[in-house]
Amino acid sequence: MSGGTFVGMPAFPTAAREALGDTQLRSNLAHATRTIRDKRAAVVAEVEDWEDLRLAGAGVKEAALRDLATHLETLEASLVRAGATVHWARDAEEACAIVARLAHAHGVDEVVKVKSMATMEIGLNEALEAEGIAAWETDLAEMIVQLGDDLPSHILVPAIHRNRAEIREIFMRRMGDVGRPAPDDLTDEPVVLAAAARAHLREKFLRAKVAVSGANFAVADTGTLVVVESEGNGRMCLTLPDVLISVVGIEKVVATWSDLDPMLRLLPRSSTGERMNPYTSTWSGVTPGDGPQEVHVVLLDNGRTRALADDVGRQALRCIRCSACLNVCPVYERTGGHAYGSVYPGPIGAILNPLLRGVSDEQTASLPYASSLCGACFEVCPVRIDIPSVLVDQRAAVVDSHRGDRVPKAEAVAMKAAAWAFSDSRRLAWAEKASGLGGRVLRRFGRTTLPGGRAAAGRLPGPGAGWTGARDLPAPPEESFRAWWDRTDGGQNDRGTR
Amino acid sequence: MSARDDILAAVRAALTDVSPAVAVPEAPRAPDRGDLVALFVERVEDYRAVVTRCNEADLAGVVAGVLGERSSVVPPALGLEIAGSVVDDGLSAAELDAIDAVVTRARVGIAETGTIVLDHQPDQGRRAISLVPDLHVCIVDATQVVADVPDAIALLDPARPLTWISGPSATSDIELDRVEGVHGPRTLHVVLVGP
Repeated sequence: MSGGTFVGMPAFPTAAREALGDTQLRSNLAHATRTIRDKRAAVVAEVEDWEDLRLAGAGVKEAALRDLATHLETLEASLVRAGATVHWARDAEEACAIVARLAHAHGVDEVVKVKSMATMEIGLNEALEAEGIAAWETDLAEMIVQLGDDLPSHILVPAIHRNRAEIREIFMRRMGDVGRPAPDDLTDEPVVLAAAARAHLREKFLRAKVAVSGANFAVADTGTLVVVESEGNGRMCLTLPDVLISVVGIEKVVATWSDLDPMLRLLPRSSTGERMNPYTSTWSGVTPGDGPQEVHVVLLDNGRTRALADDVGRQALRCIRCSACLNVCPVYERTGGHAYGSVYPGPIGAILNPLLRGVSDEQTASLPYASSLCGACFEVCPVRIDIPSVLVDQRAAVVDSHRGDRVPKAEAVAMKAAAWAFSDSRRLAWAEKASGLGGRVLRRFGRTTLPGGRAAAGRLPGPGAGWTGARDLPAPPEESFRAWWDRTDGGQNDRGTR
Repeated sequence: MSARDDILAAVRAALTDVSPAVAVPEAPRAPDRGDLVALFVERVEDYRAVVTRCNEADLAGVVAGVLGERSSVVPPALGLEIAGSVVDDGLSAAELDAIDAVVTRARVGIAETGTIVLDHQPDQGRRAISLVPDLHVCIVDATQVVADVPDAIALLDPARPLTWISGPSATSDIELDRVEGVHGPRTLHVVLVGP
């Protein structure tokens, strides 16, 4: 009951092509992203100095990252002073082992979970299952994904690709296998489905001994963790169990308590499009007589220091996982999240995954190209991550990683040929002549025309297929500018075209 | 080397090209919105929470009217007599689950966002009591209402556990349609005490 995994996903172009063929998915996504875009735009418009607020939010996160080691040491000391136990994990395997060991130490065979990107990233549920521990997702969307043996497709709303009828079907089919079954008269109204989730999870909340969470922010000077949520499943997990284990990426640190101000104003408006989310919980270690009396914090690297070392890409670590960039992205809106092959889809995923993992595998290396570079993501980002610039830089990283290849890629050969032709005027003139000839052939025999009547090449065979598969290539002009200049003496003897 | 030392060393090595000092621009303040209490009420109601305004003398009667026949739990120092209510002395989650309603005070109200913050002092009680029952009656004094999030942050003590509440429990996980009432109290009734 672990849900699926992204291991072995094909590269983005292949996965995207398949997603585009799914009309149900496309209609679910178009509806959902339009709704959330409109909500965000309305509440952002209410804030007169939104741009200044973004600058403040970006500044808070940037300042924390630039002196991260100091803040992490401060955070650790504050947490320990407040009664928490701090663990450090270099990678996913270490983090999962720490959580499993703590769960075993309390003799439990189940934990309840608050929605957390960090634990999704490290594959905690699968790791715990291998240790005989069931990890129950309690966020409604995460539960839909888990019950459906599915994969998350959005940072905020992991089941965004499912519509109400599909969700009803999953509840009817699967709830009974893992606890209280769905009522027989379950309809597909959202309010009825939410009530079924409430009834199903309540028994799990009431008996849970150990909970696992992430954190939206970790305040260094006070040792405070912050979880921002909507349903109250977070409060249940953070309050009722005896033991709380929070897995926190090292980039979640902010320096001081007052730094939470711009963040708590930026996040809800950017993510769910609300002035404030229904519930935000903050806690600093252990409070005697209130909530979990044993509190653990696992500080996770798992590629973050790799991203931090990238002078262009490190700004991606400012990300607060609001998912505004997904909702405005024309590529994400059409392909959905699964095509990105990661728990971090969309524009932020297209830079975060290569930064965290490197571009040595084909799937990750395909992600920086999963963008039209339109820049909508940068415009909505509450912490001003310049995603288009990082995308371009990561494309360069992908090209650089192939420089030593024994068999060069077609693009590298083309670039080399272009460099050779462009570096000598006679060679360039020859290339222009050849291209003019190609244009004449196309105009004579081509069947594709662009709006305005210009001839174009349709789908080309061979190495050109990748480029022309989704675009028309305009026919090159018969005569180049340089040739025209020579022939007409700079336009003085111009009597029309040849 | 331990994982801790490894990670800290990697962080330091990653940042040798930049200065640790960054000037953080000050966050802007919302403009003066006039009557804060009126704005607070409007924004709380916008989340489909219920707001009743009353003065101190009528408070006990108003709360009793909201509760009606429901069973209820109160924190140890609510400062208000509620007939038949159970005073929390460490009730179990299952015991709380059998109670219909909870009555608490609050620490701060935020007008701009319609948010109530509990810091779980004895007039509000442990976090569990304002979570498990299905109706939360929250008494907010008009003098506790501040303009915006930064004012609340300045007043609150981070050493206390805090719960920020903006309307009843809700979800938008099904087709991004907002639905009130999932795991937290499905009804939030704010009683605003003031002149």
